Amino acid sequence: MQVPAPFVYERATSVQDALALLAKHGPDARLVAGGHSLLPMMKLRFADPAALIDINSIDGLDQISVADGIMTIGAMVTHAQLLASDVVAQHFPMLTEAERVIADPVVRNKGTVGGSLCQADPAEDLSAALGALRASVTTIGSGGSRSIPVRELHDGPYQTVLDENEMVTEVTVPLPSGSSSSAYEKLERRVGDWAIAASGVSVSVADGVISEIGIGLAAVEAPNMVAADAEDAARGQVPSAELIERIGELAAEATDPNTDQRGPADYKRHLAGELTKRALRRALTNAGALTNEGAL
Amino acid sequence: MTDLAETPVSLPTTEVSLTINGEAVTRTVESRTLLIHFIRDHLDLTGTHWGCDTSNCGACVVWVDKKPVKSCTMLAAMAGGHEVRTVEDLEGADGLDPVQEGFMQCHGLQCGFCTPGMLMVGRALLDENPNPSEDEIREAISGNLCRCTGYENIIRSVRWAAEAGTSENGASQ
Ligand SMILES: Cc1cc2nc3c(=O)[nH]c(=O)nc-3n(C[C@H](O)[C@H](O)[C@H](O)COP(=O)(O)OP(=O)(O)OC[C@H]3O[C@@H](n4cnc5c(N)ncnc54)[C@H](O)[C@@H]3O)c2cc1C
Ligand code: FES
Ligand code: FES
Repeated sequence: MQVPAPFVYERATSVQDALALLAKHGPDARLVAGGHSLLPMMKLRFADPAALIDINSIDGLDQISVADGIMTIGAMVTHAQLLASDVVAQHFPMLTEAERVIADPVVRNKGTVGGSLCQADPAEDLSAALGALRASVTTIGSGGSRSIPVRELHDGPYQTVLDENEMVTEVTVPLPSGSSSSAYEKLERRVGDWAIAASGVSVSVADGVISEIGIGLAAVEAPNMVAADAEDAARGQVPSAELIERIGELAAEATDPNTDQRGPADYKRHLAGELTKRALRRALTNAGALTNEGAL
Repeated sequence: MTDLAETPVSLPTTEVSLTINGEAVTRTVESRTLLIHFIRDHLDLTGTHWGCDTSNCGACVVWVDKKPVKSCTMLAAMAGGHEVRTVEDLEGADGLDPVQEGFMQCHGLQCGFCTPGMLMVGRALLDENPNPSEDEIREAISGNLCRCTGYENIIRSVRWAAEAGTSENGASQ
């Protein structure tokens, strides 16, 4: 039987209360959101916190809203909520597509956006997708509030740059300008599994050229889970079949995958390129920048 | 198996008050007690099954505030103050829930190990979508593993329940 090692359980009633409880219990205290990454790690003794601070009773962290060109997603919004949101689907098809293939519907009822990002698992789909969309997390800590780009949130596998007494309260995603769209492509061994490899691409097109692009990669060990060189190479270019090929190659070059039970490194690197091409092609087509998808 | 109910109380404990199948209960348990063990070992409701322990198989699915969750991956303490519903509550005053009836009519189970989870997920699906397509049923049960049936009869069972009309939604909710 797998049971976590003993710990003290506390329930926070507000963000300030959560911070006070973190301070009270010291460096071995951890926040628990959906618990769908942390509890499995605790069962396996990969994590052994002395205290768990439950943040599920804090009001107001589970809203999705749009104002002033920014979508704000509360840290406690569940995968199921994100998947069901029309406003998310309208602005960021990539997020809806990613959610469809994250875990299974029952797990999606518990796992949260904040927990996904803070877990800093290199295979986490939302870290790749929200990185591609240049989202930031808003945090509150003992030193006040700050904003951290998702691309800079992780400090290696399962590590974030957050202080001990700091929690994520929301994620902000800038709405794309001009003609834009996004797409997520993931290959998994079976329904509900983590990615063998995944790529999410967001594009904006203005005056016939790619004005902005984001490429997020999951499970293939790309630095910051993005393909920065490929993004630089695409910006300012006219969309074409050749460009898509080139961007796919650059995305594959950004990866340094591990060989594991999900597949050998060279296969995953190939997938990173191929999935990036497919996502880019679909995003460009849906943005109206490629008139004849079939010809590509 | 160690009986968590018997472990010494010097370990950190939490008083958990929740509603289970419409009934309010309070128990003081070790804080690390998982909801599945709270339900089976402390409340003696053994209809909910405990399988993989890794949030993969879905045998342990119960509802928390009307949403199916994997009770092996939730602390009992986290369920405090919430409404929990288990498979025991599906049968109402008028008899079995149509989903249970469907599993009987369509041979939706063999060994029965996955069945409590399948029933709770099936009931939740029909409450949200009374006339699901085969694909929608497959998606809804995609977090539940069955080693016996090959799923076909489970899908037929849920369809049977959809065609038989929705239930009054159980005894207590
Ligand atoms: C069977 C299964 C399959 C899965 N498949 C996938 C998949 O295909 N793709 C995928 O991307 N994910 C997958 N997941 C992971 C799932 O998305 C998790 O729910 C998610 O990673 C963690 O969210 P959580 O709310 O459960 O976090 P928790 O487990 O509660 O927390 C995770 C970490 O984040 C910290 N934390 C949580 N919230 C905050 C906050 N607000 N501020 C600061 N720190 C915080 C915690 O202290 C902990 O260290 C799967 C999980 C399971 C169990
Ligand atoms: S025992 Fe909970 S999912 Fe298998
Ligand atoms: S009936 Fe045996 S596992 Fe499903």
